[in-house]
Amino acid sequence: MSTAIDRIEQLANQDYKYGFVTDVEADTIPKGLSEDVVRLISAKKEEPEWLLDWRLTAYRLWTSMTEPTWPNVEYDPIDYQAISYYSAPKQKPTLESMDEVDPEIRATFEKLGIPLEEQKMLAGVAVDAVFDSVSVATTFRDKLADLGIIFCSFSEAVREHPELVRKYVGTVVPYSDNFFAALNSAVFSDGSFAYIPKGVKCPMELSTYFRINAASTGQFERTLIVADEGASVSYLEGCTAPMRDENQLHAAVVELVALDDATIKYSTVQNWYPGDKDGKGGIYNFVTKRGTAAGRNSKITWTQVETGSAITWKYPGCILQGDNSVGEFYSVAVTNNRQQADTGTKMVHIGRNTRSTIISKGISAGHGQNTYRGLVRIGKGATDARNYSQCDSLLIGDRCGAHTFPYLEVRNTSSQVEHEASTSKIGEDQIFYCRQRGLSTEDAVNMIVSGFCKEVFRELPMEFAVEAQKLLGVSLEGSVG
Amino acid sequence: MLEITGLCAGVDGKEILRGIDLSVGPGEVHAIMGPNGSGKSTLAGVLAGRPEFDVTSGAIQYQGQDLLEMEPEDRAREGVFLAFQYPVEIPGVNNAYLLKAALNEVRKHRGEQELDAMDFMTLVKKQLGVLQMNADLLNRPVNDGFSGGEKKRNEILQMAVLEPKLAILDETDSGLDIDALKIVSNGVNTLRSPERSTIIVTHYQRLLNYIVPDVVHVLLGGRIVKSGGKDLALELEAKGYSWISGAAAEVRV
Ligand SMILES: Nc1ncnc2c1ncn2[C@@H]1O[C@H](COP(=O)(O)OP(=O)(O)O)[C@@H](O)[C@H]1O
Ligand SMILES: [Mg+2]
Repeated sequence: MSTAIDRIEQLANQDYKYGFVTDVEADTIPKGLSEDVVRLISAKKEEPEWLLDWRLTAYRLWTSMTEPTWPNVEYDPIDYQAISYYSAPKQKPTLESMDEVDPEIRATFEKLGIPLEEQKMLAGVAVDAVFDSVSVATTFRDKLADLGIIFCSFSEAVREHPELVRKYVGTVVPYSDNFFAALNSAVFSDGSFAYIPKGVKCPMELSTYFRINAASTGQFERTLIVADEGASVSYLEGCTAPMRDENQLHAAVVELVALDDATIKYSTVQNWYPGDKDGKGGIYNFVTKRGTAAGRNSKITWTQVETGSAITWKYPGCILQGDNSVGEFYSVAVTNNRQQADTGTKMVHIGRNTRSTIISKGISAGHGQNTYRGLVRIGKGATDARNYSQCDSLLIGDRCGAHTFPYLEVRNTSSQVEHEASTSKIGEDQIFYCRQRGLSTEDAVNMIVSGFCKEVFRELPMEFAVEAQKLLGVSLEGSVG
Repeated sequence: MLEITGLCAGVDGKEILRGIDLSVGPGEVHAIMGPNGSGKSTLAGVLAGRPEFDVTSGAIQYQGQDLLEMEPEDRAREGVFLAFQYPVEIPGVNNAYLLKAALNEVRKHRGEQELDAMDFMTLVKKQLGVLQMNADLLNRPVNDGFSGGEKKRNEILQMAVLEPKLAILDETDSGLDIDALKIVSNGVNTLRSPERSTIIVTHYQRLLNYIVPDVVHVLLGGRIVKSGGKDLALELEAKGYSWISGAAAEVRV
């Protein structure tokens, strides 16, 4: 007897459609990690002395650290000497215009639906495209520059705006924060940088699109976004990688700083290659993302839709330092086949009258394992702080798992903290009910899953929400069980 | 319209239906009565294609097609509608959204243009008027937190919007107060037409005061043991099923 859920499982395992490899000549350094490699990366990027020193300190610290074992995920030990820490497509170091981007690379981004030519772009999105270790193109820079907004690759920011980079880098995620943050600080190659000056509301979405192409390389990007007093910005991040049999490491750091009355909205649709249905290959996505709501009335919102990666280890958090500051975390995490995710957030309330909201939706299918791990800390001085957390899990089939680890530390009695959690299952009955009304099994599952995620989807910018919804459908196809 | 011959079906090797013959012509309303556990819902479920039931022998022709070969969603698109005895709750999915998706599947199948949100709402409002129902259920999650009566009303609303050719109502009257019963009957009667057929599964004669059936069947132990006109329902009410069981035993001898 074949049941609806079996049937969805049987549906051909949808190919990961971003799994192609671009044939482009690359400058890839030999595998392995040492002080010399750190020096080499820094030299290739013609970095100032202070940054090299910073990297070296991070590297030395990293060698004394051990990989965290507390996440609820399982994987074979990573051989850090078997990874190449830098790979860049060969091209002119600085581009005069978009036309100089390598046509192969340009074609890659076109294929991914990220046209780099400005005239063809969706109005209102400026893109920084990162291919392996380097940023290859940033669109709409002139228009943004007119408003005083800086949006460029991290390397370029180091060259052109060293004072800003030096002032903020590592202030939110110090290299000592954790094992992967230290590794990233030592070897990061590129990433995006954005600075929104006082009082400026960024008129378009800023977006970075990350693409891992080369084999046996890690991607270690570093992103820094600073919204000065009264500024606001909405930033989108997307990512894909080719299908490869070996696991590839992605250890990024993202730092956000919001000063008085500033707002930063950071949205991610993470679609790194998840590995095949037996768990071979796929990206290890070990990422540290944090924002400091440093100023009064500042606000930081993280929205993430995590559908890819073999393993996800990621806790975008907010340090609510300014009085009345607000932190929000909206998350959908999908694990299908053999994917594992241990994700959640940290809300650290320091200022008075700070508020945070956590909405986490975990979807597990196949043999997927999905863990929500969240910390809410209310500090001594956080008078009248409020937190509301809601963690819902949806199971599809009975071989997957959902786990919830909420941690709560309250040091101020005037605070109010609320936590709600639920676990539900897509039932054969629900699918049959929808089919009896004329819907296909796939549409029924998509409808139920979308319904489950809608509180998160409505936080995403419009086009992204549509994209995320489609992606979710694809991620669950051929697996739901 | 519907021709069931020698239908045997069960679940996990357990036989429930033991040879059903039933013929429903266009425009006819058939009532199927019988005590709890006699197999009424199983019959309804087999007609709708519920996956847990295995058909072991027999055949079902629906509008000249082999119904058993069709997927549940194709049956629905071809006009088979089941009002569930226990409508299923789907938290998070908007009731109007599901209904719109369902209607558009049916329309696509018929080669008709899909309705946009505006046209859909116009249609639904019209049907709500006919049914004398209010719109309060539309913006809630499907059956989630509905009272028993609301769930049944919602099934009838779906039926009225989808305009099926063969409607199967599985104990839609159970647990309804008299006002809700009138709404449900009103819905069925409104839909009654020479092209549409209805199978009403019920326990009680009460509903048949409002919906007058052409034929009444008694299902007992997985077999139709007696068929007759609308008066059969009254007789059953007066004498109980044991009267039939006795008679059926005699027939078998
Ligand atoms: N899914 C099932 N699994 C096991 N037994 C079932 C299942 N569905 C129905 N049955 C059994 O089949 C018999 C007929 O049930 P049903 O068709 O629901 O009767 P009715 O609707 O007439 O009350 C009952 O004995 C019931 O327990
Ligand atoms: Mg029943």
